[in-house]
Amino acid sequence: MKGAYLDNSATTPPHPEVLDLMSRVQEQFFGNPSAIHYKGIEAKRIITAARRQVANVLGVREQEIIFTSGGTEANNLAICGAARRNRKRGDHLVTTAFEHHSTINCFRYLEKEGFRASYLPVDASGMIDLEMLQHEIGPATTLVSIIHVNNEIGTILPLTAIGRIIKTKNPRTLFHVDAVQSFARLTLDPEGWQADLISCSSHKIHGPKGAGCLWVKRGTPLDPLLHGGGQEAGLRSGTENTAALAGFGLAARISGSAQGKKETAFVTLKRTFLKRLEESGIDFSVNGPEPEKAAPHIINLAFPGIKAEMLLHALEEKQVYVSAGSACHSRHPEPSHVLKAIGLKDDLLTGSLRFSFSILNDLDEITLAAKETTDAVEYLRSLFK
Amino acid sequence: MSRRTVYMDHSATTPVREEVVEAMLPFYHELFGNPSSIHAPGRTVRRAVEEAREKTALALGAEPGEIFFTAGGTESNNITLRGAAKKRGEPGHIITSSIEHHAVLDVCSELAAEGHRVTFLPVDQYGRVSIDQLQEAITPDTFLISIMAANNEIGTLQPISAIGEVARERKILFHTDAVQIAGQLPIDLKKLNVDFLSLSAHKFNGPKGIGALYVRKGAKVTPLYSGGGQERKLRPGTENVPGIVGLSRAMELAVAEIKDKKKRLEALRYKMITGLMAIDETILNGHPEERLPNNVNVSFKHVEGEAVLLSLDLEGIAASSGSACSSGSLDPSHVLRAIGLDHPTAHGSIRFSLGWGNTEEDVDYLLEVIPRVVNNLRRISPTYRTNGSRKE
Repeated sequence: MKGAYLDNSATTPPHPEVLDLMSRVQEQFFGNPSAIHYKGIEAKRIITAARRQVANVLGVREQEIIFTSGGTEANNLAICGAARRNRKRGDHLVTTAFEHHSTINCFRYLEKEGFRASYLPVDASGMIDLEMLQHEIGPATTLVSIIHVNNEIGTILPLTAIGRIIKTKNPRTLFHVDAVQSFARLTLDPEGWQADLISCSSHKIHGPKGAGCLWVKRGTPLDPLLHGGGQEAGLRSGTENTAALAGFGLAARISGSAQGKKETAFVTLKRTFLKRLEESGIDFSVNGPEPEKAAPHIINLAFPGIKAEMLLHALEEKQVYVSAGSACHSRHPEPSHVLKAIGLKDDLLTGSLRFSFSILNDLDEITLAAKETTDAVEYLRSLFK
Repeated sequence: MSRRTVYMDHSATTPVREEVVEAMLPFYHELFGNPSSIHAPGRTVRRAVEEAREKTALALGAEPGEIFFTAGGTESNNITLRGAAKKRGEPGHIITSSIEHHAVLDVCSELAAEGHRVTFLPVDQYGRVSIDQLQEAITPDTFLISIMAANNEIGTLQPISAIGEVARERKILFHTDAVQIAGQLPIDLKKLNVDFLSLSAHKFNGPKGIGALYVRKGAKVTPLYSGGGQERKLRPGTENVPGIVGLSRAMELAVAEIKDKKKRLEALRYKMITGLMAIDETILNGHPEERLPNNVNVSFKHVEGEAVLLSLDLEGIAASSGSACSSGSLDPSHVLRAIGLDHPTAHGSIRFSLGWGNTEEDVDYLLEVIPRVVNNLRRISPTYRTNGSRKE
């Protein structure tokens, strides 16, 4: 592709090696992994290998990986499954105001079922108040769900401190982390965080769509969402999607193996992008955390006085692809709940774009994107002078 | 290793056809975008998703707005049952059959534990539910009937059309798990009074991890998942675009070839059943005529099905005992118990399911191998020796 695809937090192009593996699996290992004949056993073996690859990147036991159809399902399974299973112990759930919709809407849904939910506010950088968190957790709190890296502005939440507060206040409160935006890009530390449940997705790390997983720490009480043949340790029934899971496993291995190196690469991409924009002299500001403190692959910028959608389409004509808010949200006209939560007002709220990088981006693309952004911003400003 | 490989487990899963893979490939490569993105890469794949929806709808006699893509048959079944119960809000009555797939049965058991009443209709010796018994089971608070179109183990077809009439008359929602008939037999939703229909792509030479749920316009369920609002909020989560495209292409191919395939498979099935029944003390399970064109289910008395399977596997023949999902379990199949088989007979059952790619030579090979396999196992079977029924 000419131009630059900088919408990697929406989805990423699959890695060529992943595609190659998937087509071979689809062709040769098509058996139902639950079947006891050879075609079944060899398919099962593929899934076991994928499970091991994902577990290795997470640093957990492979039996604790429950494969799902993606991040949304993993979040739903973790949140609804934990809340419902532990209802006898309590009816109170805690999250933040700027989670992904698959978390926020689970909470709203559970509220309709009679659960009480607390949505912790965030400051301008997307940080929660740890004292407020401590205050919220009580004997009836069964679950805290916090995003690791926010998908729109890239805030990295201090999960070690958060985990410590949760478990000190109520050791039986379960801790779920939505790691869809960080898995296999930043280092995850399930043990250090004292997490019980972690959601990951495949298509955000150059794997196929339709695959993801939930890490369920051994012994974590959880109700399944899907009932049926009892696959995935009874937590996720349905014939396993062998090819996609194989692709997910390999994508995790490829993306995860270069983790440290990649973080540096992301930092370079982001720094270069910002530097080029600053040099251009156009008026813009960074939304959320300071760029150096945020996740290295996400940056959200406000261009005062410009409608994000117009800028997005102007960039699109130059084959530079970015997004306004998250992808799932972008077809809805309401402004982003994340940008609202960090206190953005009026024209900044509607004039912000997210640029998100992947390991497949190079510096030429970044330089091109910065140049096209500058040109488009200047052009649009000249129209509305 | 085996001399040849014969795959006769198409009810568990099927290989993906070359044409389907070809249709899917571009959506892994240059067309990898997120369909919810508003930029060009997003819009292009959005169009592909909507075209796939139109094709799928056309193949089923439905409107595009009535087709929702899911992660598979299990999820479609769960969304319907749980969603209809949730939509109702208060406890009510559900009617299903005792031979449904676990993805229906287990949800019904869960709903029963949560306060709903569930009637599990019995079936006759062929696995058919009775319309009279269905009528009798209906009470004023019955809000959902869920009966599968064809059974996954014994292949028996249910009188879906008649059940639909009853449901319409009594104003009850009707769901059918059509995972086993989709792509095997024609489905015309314009003629059937069905409110919800589940199907799965990997049962008709499409990819795994993708299914569809038909929801008749006006029928409503509460979604199972919360999230970004995809699939008009019924099934949030980034769309599995290659999967969706693969499902619609597989459906298109299956429907175009449905008559020929049915004729071809029925001929193979006839030959197989005739050949297998020539082995003494063998029972055909399921209905002699009203069954899936690809299904053969037999019980060989005095042997363990699993032992037959393993011996067949060594000869390169893949088949199954019961359904794939429960194949690791020692309990006899709930379906075979429901049609009245005793434990030992149920344990001696094998399902052969034919499909795209199976040939007459495959059937000949199976019929050459299986008498030897069964006789070898019977030679060491205590019941076969003692009851003296051996005829040689």
